[in-house]
Amino acid sequence: MATRLFGARVKRNEDPVLLTGRAQFVDDVHLAGMLHVAFKRSDYAHARLVSIDISEARAMPGVVAVYTAADLGDYWQPSPLLVPPPPVEGAVFNQRTAGQLARDKVRYVGEPMVMVVAESRYLAEDAVEKVMVDYDPLPAVVDLEAGVADTSSLVHDDLGHNIAAHVVQRKGDYEAARARADVVISRRMHYDRGTAAPMETRGVVAQWDALARSLTVWDSTQAPIPIRNGLAAMLGLAERQVRVIAPFIGGGFGPKIMMFYPEETLIPWAAMRLGRPVKWIEDRQENFVAMTHERGQVHDCEMALTRDGQILGVRDIFFHDTGAYDPYGLTVPLNTQCTLLGPYVVPHYTTEFKAVFTNKTVVTPYRGAGRQHGVFVMERLLDLAARELGLDPLELRRRNFIPPDQFPYNNKIIFQDFTELTYDSGDYEPVLDKARAMIGWEAWQAGEGARLRAEGKTVGIGLVMYVEGTGIGPYEGARVQVEPTGKVNVATGIGTQGQGHFTSFAQIVGEQLGVPMTNIYVSTGDTAQFSWGAGTFASRGAVVAGTAIHHAAVKVRDKARRLAGEALEVAEEDVELVDGFAQVRGAPTRRVALAELARQANPLRGAVRADAEPGLEATAYYGPEMGATAFGAHALILEVDPETFNLRVHKYVVVHDCGRVINPLILDGQVQGGVAQGIGNAFYEQLVYDETGQLQNASFMDYLLPTALDVPRIDIGHEETLSPLNPNGVKGAGEAGAIPVGPLFCQALEDAFQGGGLEILEIPLSPYRLWELVTSA
Amino acid sequence: MKPAPFEYYVPRSLDEALALLAEHGYDAKPLAGGQSLVPAMNFRLAQPAVLVDLNNLADLAGIMADGEGGLRIGAMTRQRAVERSPLVAQRAPLLAETLPYIAHPQIRNRGTVGGSLAHNDPAAELPAVALALDARMRVRKQDGERVVAASDFFLGIFTTALEPDELLTEIVFPPLPPRSGVAFEEMARRHGDYALVGCAARVTLAENGKVSDSRLVFFSVGDGPVQAVAAAKTLRGQRPGPAAMRASAEAASQEIDPPSDIHASADFRRHLAQVLARRALTRAVDRASALR
Repeated sequence: MATRLFGARVKRNEDPVLLTGRAQFVDDVHLAGMLHVAFKRSDYAHARLVSIDISEARAMPGVVAVYTAADLGDYWQPSPLLVPPPPVEGAVFNQRTAGQLARDKVRYVGEPMVMVVAESRYLAEDAVEKVMVDYDPLPAVVDLEAGVADTSSLVHDDLGHNIAAHVVQRKGDYEAARARADVVISRRMHYDRGTAAPMETRGVVAQWDALARSLTVWDSTQAPIPIRNGLAAMLGLAERQVRVIAPFIGGGFGPKIMMFYPEETLIPWAAMRLGRPVKWIEDRQENFVAMTHERGQVHDCEMALTRDGQILGVRDIFFHDTGAYDPYGLTVPLNTQCTLLGPYVVPHYTTEFKAVFTNKTVVTPYRGAGRQHGVFVMERLLDLAARELGLDPLELRRRNFIPPDQFPYNNKIIFQDFTELTYDSGDYEPVLDKARAMIGWEAWQAGEGARLRAEGKTVGIGLVMYVEGTGIGPYEGARVQVEPTGKVNVATGIGTQGQGHFTSFAQIVGEQLGVPMTNIYVSTGDTAQFSWGAGTFASRGAVVAGTAIHHAAVKVRDKARRLAGEALEVAEEDVELVDGFAQVRGAPTRRVALAELARQANPLRGAVRADAEPGLEATAYYGPEMGATAFGAHALILEVDPETFNLRVHKYVVVHDCGRVINPLILDGQVQGGVAQGIGNAFYEQLVYDETGQLQNASFMDYLLPTALDVPRIDIGHEETLSPLNPNGVKGAGEAGAIPVGPLFCQALEDAFQGGGLEILEIPLSPYRLWELVTSA
Repeated sequence: MKPAPFEYYVPRSLDEALALLAEHGYDAKPLAGGQSLVPAMNFRLAQPAVLVDLNNLADLAGIMADGEGGLRIGAMTRQRAVERSPLVAQRAPLLAETLPYIAHPQIRNRGTVGGSLAHNDPAAELPAVALALDARMRVRKQDGERVVAASDFFLGIFTTALEPDELLTEIVFPPLPPRSGVAFEEMARRHGDYALVGCAARVTLAENGKVSDSRLVFFSVGDGPVQAVAAAKTLRGQRPGPAAMRASAEAASQEIDPPSDIHASADFRRHLAQVLARRALTRAVDRASALR
């Protein structure tokens, strides 16, 4: 190879169009005769619908159609259950999903009730104001514990209670372990709600071509193929009649997975019914209430240890807020159960959760997808235990690491992919040591930290660890094709929302074919380009789609070498692919262009050999037997203004191990973006509901995203413990940055207020909350 | 998030603008920088039937010296222009110190001084500064002009002494007395956010080094800029040491009646008011002392 592409810090292929504003997003689709949609959404968290009067709205100028649930006829149907309940013995799961438009009852503020289609969005919103709804308000279920009380109001009357699910998983015998323990740390911890707040809100444009009898849908989805399949079934079309395009997407983070949101199934339906293209772009106000949320949990947890700091067991019983419906099954709380274990040997573990229906926006995975909560509980318990035992918190962690010779390591707890969570590979001490060195743990404590404290500054340091299950099945596929022009096309079925797929996937292909990056064109998110696959979620793009792409590229490489061997009259083993040519190893002037091989493989005359496929093209699939587990450490030095309780981060370090790195530049970006969201989660972002279920801060004025001024420079170190599960040894990296930030802030803040008896058992924090905690400590 | 229908006028002269306001009365809303009004319209919280766009009235923008040490600022002057003006830095240092705290540069590029004052958001910085500096508001209507003292201008939440047919055209900042120091403090969750609490301080020292006059004006703690009159008085005639300033700040925090919301309780706001007042007074005194 002339240059190695795999592993190189290559600038992103997609950035020129993105940075110059020429990338196509859903809202950039403008079609002749296009209509625009606005929704009348519930003003109440919980109410019976007495009547809906749309007569005045229908009569407004420019209004083409107004639909209520009753107008949908047979098309009204509860959305599909996207993930079935896990195969855990005794698990209870009560499926309740939402129809496209509420009828009889509304269950959260923002639930759509009426769809207005008009000549412009302005006119549609004018008409929405004229929709008259008569509500009979009901008490709202907001608090999780109140929601499971016998006296609670019922989100779903037919269920008779508000428990969406109840799952208990056990490994070993925690009670017996607890009886042997020298120390038991027991606490209640809270993790409140947040929203992903992607820069691009959701959007759908649909066009029905009555002559071709085909439907094209532009959708800001992370999973265009499942959406295509579902829409075809719902609309009574063949899959070949439906094309779903997920163009450039301005951030997905989970809430844009194949949700079959009401808007996602209604816009195509309306386009077919009205015979005109229809567009709906979610505005920011809608996004706050209508795009799914995450993160609300309450944990009663405890850890049993020996005097010398060996973890004997953990018990965690928690409530999980699933919102008004549960279309995404139990992925989030299952991730919490599994991710809690982290890099540690926990011989005895009991974990039990109740998912609770509430009158709030639906909860589905958002970057981390429940992993944060588990890591929060584990890392906080370890810090409290270290304090109780008088041990250094990092030493306590080290003593409990799973040793490197114990992999693959089966945790015996069912993960979101329904297999027992098994760590494929891991080596935790080097990561801890590197993070410790990069933050300067000892030197800071003795030097700079001591000096700042002597000056009266309130400064603290922290370091936490995590393991992240990534790269789960079922499978992805890819097609790689060398054109006679020498250009290489790569098509895969997953969507892309900023992960750099146009670059990292090109690197995987370029590595095998010896073709420069600029000649490799990657297509993602268009069902007309590739018809099979699941989607982009659970940190699986690079692992699963990337491996399928690798296999397809290897097939093309092998065919090119065989054809070149014949053309150059050498053994194919002696052919190497360099800079767009197949050449004889050791005699590079004997060569033939890949483009020429592609042309010869698709002749216009003469016979192609029997059994031979034309062209330099191959398709391959990859389905991992289980996920690949990445891991890492975050470390932080921060300063608190002890009077205003505002924070300043002095230094932030991430040491990350996701196996072999495809592109360090992209990986660094993933980590930085994740940390930014984690910092938001730790100190800025909180969806605040009042007791009636009204969201109090549905705008960026009051829902605080950290800005460039609040997110520090992040020093990133990499270790590479390869995954044995795939040929390139890669693991996922999409969520790692966001996962352990909460407990890290808590640890560093407790260190900053050392001696104050401060214990922080909740996330997110704020200056106000911190003031309350410090003054009451 | 699209506004309700409205009529839109772009007057070419102040007289034309005043005529439009006289004609449409309460139905009309003047549009200055639009940084508060346009979002409110997009949320449909504000639904004015008529917008009178002032952005073509070049005569309303400008920063001029006024008499001995004073300053006149046209109502349509962009906040960013004030922030960058050497004349403002020299003649109204409190204003210069405050401007960078207002939102973000992109917003200050459009936002105007007059727009902020006429809007009187209780969390806005400029009304508090205007009150602290005894600014005078020049107000025009079709058949007349009047000048309103800052202390008479801000009447309550989003309410000022302006009548619907009147426009704020100019703000006059008188010179500070000799041996005066000023300072500004605010606490916001993120830089550029509306403050949880903010405070402008002004201290004048006598020849003997004792405080002859002082002023403490808070924002985000009430219906508009809130002056802590009694607390400021406690400093007068005193030598401005740490204890005196702490006592004055403490008194100020008890004198105000701040609201609770999701970002801070009334008690936390009181706590912050005491901290910020002490810090602001301390810096104002340091600056005044340096001028002695």
